[in-house]
Amino acid sequence: MMRVAVVRFPGSNCEPEACRAVERAGGQAFYVWHRDTTLSGADAVILPGGFSYGDYLRSGAIARFSPVMEAIKAHAAAGGPVLGICNGFQILCEAGLLPGALVRNAGLKYLSRPVDVRIERVDTPFTNAYRAGEVIRIPIGHGDGCYVAPESQLALLEAEGRVVLRYAPLSGMDTPANPNGSVQDIAAICSPSGTVVGMMPHPERLAERVLGSDAGHGVFVSLMQFRSAEVV
Amino acid sequence: MTWRVHVRILPRKGLLDPQGQAVEHALAALRFPEASNVHVGKAIALDVAAGTAAEAESRVRTMCDQLLANPVTEDYEIEVESGAAA
Repeated sequence: MMRVAVVRFPGSNCEPEACRAVERAGGQAFYVWHRDTTLSGADAVILPGGFSYGDYLRSGAIARFSPVMEAIKAHAAAGGPVLGICNGFQILCEAGLLPGALVRNAGLKYLSRPVDVRIERVDTPFTNAYRAGEVIRIPIGHGDGCYVAPESQLALLEAEGRVVLRYAPLSGMDTPANPNGSVQDIAAICSPSGTVVGMMPHPERLAERVLGSDAGHGVFVSLMQFRSAEVV
Repeated sequence: MTWRVHVRILPRKGLLDPQGQAVEHALAALRFPEASNVHVGKAIALDVAAGTAAEAESRVRTMCDQLLANPVTEDYEIEVESGAAA
C-alpha cells in the first residue's frame, strides 16, 4: 500500500482532508511534523494548504527553512512524488523545488470559490487519472495565488510542457476564468521530471460525492496508479 | 560594533503591483492627482553586529538574497545608518 506523508506546519489547513482523500483512494496517510527530519519511509509527500508561520514575510518564506524540508528535497531529488497544494505550492516555490513565485491576487481580495481548470498534462503522479484537456471544477482559497516567473522561465515551462493545470473558461461561470491574474492562466506546474507538482486549487476539498462532486478525487487516484505503474 | 540597518523591499519593476495600483487610485480619489508611480513594499529594520558599515551591508545583502526578499518578484535597497548604533 502506498504510504503518503502529509506535512504539518504551524498554520497548515486541510491536512485531515488530504489524509482522507489519500485513504479513500486506497493509500495510507500519516502526518509528519515540520520539525521532523525524516519522512518515515513515505512513498509520496503532500504539503497541504494554509498559512504556514502566519504567512509572515511572504507566503511560504519561513516554512521553507523547516527541518522537514531537507528530507523533502532529498525525496524529490530521488524521484519521489511531491504535491504542494496552495500554501504547499508557495512553499515549493520559495524552496526552489519549483520555479517562479506566487504573489498577491491581481484583484487584491482573498478568494474562496470554485474554479475551472483544464488538465494540461496527464503523465504526472497527480493527474494521470484524468483525460488530457478535461476541465474539472475544484475550489480555491487563497490571497497570494498569482503565479509569476521571469519570461525566460515561462518560455521554458511552456516548451517543456510543465504547465499541469490552467484556469479555463467553462459555461455557467459568471466570473473570469483566471481568478488571480496568473501569467498564462497557470494554476499548477511541475518539475522537469513531472514528479514534483504545485497547484493552487484544493482537490482534497472536493474529493467525495457527498460534498456534491468528487472532481478532486482523481488527483489521489492518480498517485495510487502512479505507484502501481512504477511497481510493474 | 552594532549598526542600524534598513532594508526597503519593493515589487520588481515591471511586475504587476496591485497594491500600488489600488493605493494610487485611492490617492486620485482623494484629489492627489500629482501622485503617480505608486508602489507598496515593506521595510525591515535590524541591528547588525559587524566590524564596519560595509561588512554590515554585505551581511544584510546575503540575508536579503536568502530570506528577506524574493529574488523572483522583489528588489531591495539597503541603508546602513551612519555611525555605529552601539
